[in-house]
Amino acid sequence: MSKDIKIKKGLDIKLVGEADKTVEQAIISNFCTIRPEDFHSVIPKLVAKEGATLQAGDVIFYNKSNEDVKFVSPVSGKVVEVQRGPKRRIDAVKIQADKTQSHKDFGVFDMNSGAATTKAHLLASGCWVFIKQRPYDVIANPEKLPKAIFISGYSTAPLAADLDFVLAGKEEALQAAVSALSKLTEGQVHIGVGSSNSPLANMKDATVHKISGPHPAGNVGTHINKLDPVNKGETVWTVNAQDLVIIGELLLTGKFNAERLVALAGSSVKKPRYFKTVIGSEIATMIYDNGVDKEGNDRIISGNVLSGKQLNPDGSLGFYDNLISVIPEGDDYEFFGWNKPIFNKISTSRALTFSWLNPKKKYELNTNTNGEHRAFVITGSYEQVFPLDIFPMQILKACKYEDLDEMEALGMYEVAPEDFALTEFICVSKQPHQDIIRKGLDLMLKEIG
Amino acid sequence: MSLKSNLHTLKEKYKGTKMAPAFNALHTFLYLPNETTHNGTHIKAADDLKRTMNIVIMALLPCLVFGMYNAGYQHYVALGEIERSTGFLASTFWTMDNLIVGMWQVLPLVIVSYGVGLAVEFLFAVIKGHEVEEGYLVTGMLVPLIVPVDIPLWMLAVAVVFGVVIGKEVFGGTGMNILNPALTIRAFLFFAYPTWMSGDKVWVHGAVERDQMIANGSNLDAISGETILGSYAQSNMVDFSFLDMFWGLIPGSVGETSKFLIIIGALFLIFTKIGSWRIIASTLIGALTMGLIFNGVVSAEWIGETSKFYGLMNVPFWQHLIIGSILFGAVYMATDPVTASQTNKGKWIYGFLIGFISIMIRVFNPAYPEGVFLAILLMNVFAPTIDHYVVQGNVKRRMRRLKLKTA
Repeated sequence: MSKDIKIKKGLDIKLVGEADKTVEQAIISNFCTIRPEDFHSVIPKLVAKEGATLQAGDVIFYNKSNEDVKFVSPVSGKVVEVQRGPKRRIDAVKIQADKTQSHKDFGVFDMNSGAATTKAHLLASGCWVFIKQRPYDVIANPEKLPKAIFISGYSTAPLAADLDFVLAGKEEALQAAVSALSKLTEGQVHIGVGSSNSPLANMKDATVHKISGPHPAGNVGTHINKLDPVNKGETVWTVNAQDLVIIGELLLTGKFNAERLVALAGSSVKKPRYFKTVIGSEIATMIYDNGVDKEGNDRIISGNVLSGKQLNPDGSLGFYDNLISVIPEGDDYEFFGWNKPIFNKISTSRALTFSWLNPKKKYELNTNTNGEHRAFVITGSYEQVFPLDIFPMQILKACKYEDLDEMEALGMYEVAPEDFALTEFICVSKQPHQDIIRKGLDLMLKEIG
Repeated sequence: MSLKSNLHTLKEKYKGTKMAPAFNALHTFLYLPNETTHNGTHIKAADDLKRTMNIVIMALLPCLVFGMYNAGYQHYVALGEIERSTGFLASTFWTMDNLIVGMWQVLPLVIVSYGVGLAVEFLFAVIKGHEVEEGYLVTGMLVPLIVPVDIPLWMLAVAVVFGVVIGKEVFGGTGMNILNPALTIRAFLFFAYPTWMSGDKVWVHGAVERDQMIANGSNLDAISGETILGSYAQSNMVDFSFLDMFWGLIPGSVGETSKFLIIIGALFLIFTKIGSWRIIASTLIGALTMGLIFNGVVSAEWIGETSKFYGLMNVPFWQHLIIGSILFGAVYMATDPVTASQTNKGKWIYGFLIGFISIMIRVFNPAYPEGVFLAILLMNVFAPTIDHYVVQGNVKRRMRRLKLKTA
């Protein structure tokens, strides 16, 4: 049954530098880097040693605690470097890409197959890692039967890639992926869309819901909470809409095609636009041409400005990301910054901050914290931007003092760090909410599993 | 080298040393720090705790300035040197003479409050190695406004040390305290030095001094400056009009007399979204409810005119908001986010009970006829309990959902 979801609590953060809807082919990246840290809680067991030659779709490493979950190479080429950190932890696997790409053939998938075959096919082809689960916000455990699968086709995060644009024309692949996923759950596949023009709006084998309201209306966590919240002992799975395309193409063609449309956005980018590139590509292939000043003092982020990951200029695109945001660094002092009237920053209060005067204005925010870390003091402000039926401050405090019973009672099974991005943004005490939640989830995963 | 880079060099020099928190506290007053985000949100909203506290101080400033004029005005009226006037803009009120007396009396209170309180804060920050948090900025401004004008400075200093250490630092500093520090300071004064905190001599500058002179044999008239509540409690005639009380040209604690300015402060706090309108509104509703109940008791003739409670019970319920410090307490004290209820539903209950109990204490305790600060302290203690039950509502809803599923 389709349901309209209207969110009232939230905040749209409007930033300068939204990507124009034009696509450029990115310079083909010579190297492709896969970082195990993109897959939270996975301990990789390396298969492709240094010097191994791979086709796109060949296994690089698998999950030590569940050998069925395999991570495959997005490109064909040669493993040139395995970067290791302390205790020989694998930090990154660097692959030099061939000039002409070859793909491993997994064979066209029979769409009438049952659940077990479908699952085995997704696991073998490396597409499983696109499926994440709640609780804990980690890669889905293939042994669990989820009560529902959630897909968000609506992005409300600041500067986010427009999913209607990047998914246009991919309906066939999307449908194949949705149909396959629908076999893996005892319940339904729920898809949230912003408008009926979305390529996902007419999917079969799924329930499509119309979403409206400010950010985090597009977050899949919001949809779960409003439609079918996770109870103790239950699991739901989530898949990024864009990764459905890769899953769908694999099913239809037999090839693991890691191509993806990526938005380059942010106020430090001269000409924000979309690029066609491959997972794990060096960002240097995209950010400099009509983009970022080489000498500039900028923050490069793989993902959005609320929950993305900071990159060095020689970094590479994150495994799940379809956005590179570049904003100015804010590592400078501001004279009397704490008491003078502020017109050029966003605020949800009116404490001599004037963003309420002009809600449509786009801002050029930098990475300054605008204040120092403090204990929790202000109450009632998080609730204004937090649409889930959960007490945000109470659950954060429960995570800080590591009370597992209380975390569970307050709804820890339902949340992911990104759900707390807005409360972290507006936090007067500058507390790292997403980090607190991540650590809390890790603790629960370790203690309760 | 500019000031900015000089300070930056100094900051680097002090980094990691014991003095770092003290230096940083001063540095951040001049400059918003150059700290940047790491992983997590890469951008942050404009507000920080300093800005928030600053808004509250701005809302308090009119009360402070008015309090200074009023201190001088009450002094000269009591001496009989000027006539009592009416209206907010009365010409005998806003005079230089009044201001000078007021500043002479009130500024030392402000200086002692901030000086002693911040010294304790800095000391704890340096010992415990955490940053100096901004909580005391507001407390330090509240304290001079809620004490009688003639309170000896050493008493204030002792009380501030007690309030900051026992009321706040032992719990872990700003954000961790159970009781409102400013009210802890007032409670300490109230119970340790009751003669300086109530009665008919302490509210007007010079009254105590004059009393001592009379006791020493001087041939002078005693000055009496009773508060409105004191008069009611003793069933004396109140010779101030309703408007006098509203504008604030009456004896009382330094900053709480002008209801007009408190209302303006309240509107400012609510508009800036710093003060909780829920707490302010529910406190006033609670006070009105209790006032109505007492009015009902009187009109049902359950108590006679001879009862010692009759005077205050008979006050029309809405006038309870204008007399005493209920309005000041509701706007500036009850709304302290650390010690109030933290959930929105909890705030309604918390505020309502503060108003309700305030008026109850006011009526039933004629010896010290002001109950607002006691009511707020009491509810500070109960705020976590209220929150507990509100949060349990959410927890139970989650449990029910689970049971429905498994049933």
